[in-house]
Amino acid sequence: MEKHVVVIYPHPDDEAFGASGTIAKFRHEGVPVTYLCGTLGEMGRNMGNPTFANRETLPEYRKQELIAACQVLDMDLRMLGYRDKTIEFESRDEIAEHLKSILEEIKPSLVITHYPGHAVHPDHDALGAAAVEAVARMEEAQRPTLWAQAISRNHAEVLGNPDIVQDITPFFEKKMATILAHESQAQGVLGGMNQNMPNSDLEAIAKERLGTEQFYTWKFS
Amino acid sequence: MEAIELELVQEKLESYLNKHVYVHLETTNGAYASHFNDQAYNVGAFIRNAQISYKQAKIVGSGSAYRVGLKTEIGWVYAEGLSSWEVDEQNRLLMAGHDREGRLMVALQISETPFNN
Repeated sequence: MEKHVVVIYPHPDDEAFGASGTIAKFRHEGVPVTYLCGTLGEMGRNMGNPTFANRETLPEYRKQELIAACQVLDMDLRMLGYRDKTIEFESRDEIAEHLKSILEEIKPSLVITHYPGHAVHPDHDALGAAAVEAVARMEEAQRPTLWAQAISRNHAEVLGNPDIVQDITPFFEKKMATILAHESQAQGVLGGMNQNMPNSDLEAIAKERLGTEQFYTWKFS
Repeated sequence: MEAIELELVQEKLESYLNKHVYVHLETTNGAYASHFNDQAYNVGAFIRNAQISYKQAKIVGSGSAYRVGLKTEIGWVYAEGLSSWEVDEQNRLLMAGHDREGRLMVALQISETPFNN
């Protein structure tokens, strides 16, 4: 059994779409989970449907939504304070050291992050790379296992199939509740996944697209 | 935000004439544009807290989309596709254009004090 799981993603809602079923499963087993959230999604395009946020009020909404989502999942939250869309321009070294200092404090047995180069959004790639770097810099004896999540179209072709495939159907309600906690983003993101059926049932779309969560166990050389 | 009313926005734009103001200008079609549609390109740009002083300002357009141009001593600031606006509680002029699903595509914002970093 895991001792403590740390999830590292850049945006409020990445945890919901990416790993909330897995997180719910760990919490069900009594494993503590901490989310290190990189930004407040300040530059998100979805403003709620119907629109209720603007560019200046969005960060506060997304912060509250993030807190609510973490309550749904019953996990701890730390906000890292970077700015949406800028992580790849920050010093990789500084972010890696920042993450490493937190990991050394929490001493997780497992870290979950995005697979650098296969995570589509530049913030995902950059924070994933910094997380990998942070874990690589830890002493080998203390190093947690690292699961990397690839969402690029060609990840299976390039990387082979993920070795961790979690059927999260038993925790699907929790996953939906987590997604819907991100009120300003949920409708837009789910709708964007199925543009041919814009008015179809969100839960059906989600179950079809989000019923499993897959990760690659990172190999440190 | 409300639908743009040309005269009201024009008046607000002119209230900043010849003052030092901070501008947020942004356009984007999202980081996932080419992920969801391989015919699309990801495009976007933003500048936040650019400090300028403009001597002339005009909002032009009709119906649902407007253009705003600000003329400075040595150049221009321009945005197209603006459809919504508000003056927020900090007296900042926020203007934006959204797509059919309500996603932000363009924003032009003007403030006498810097926007939060």
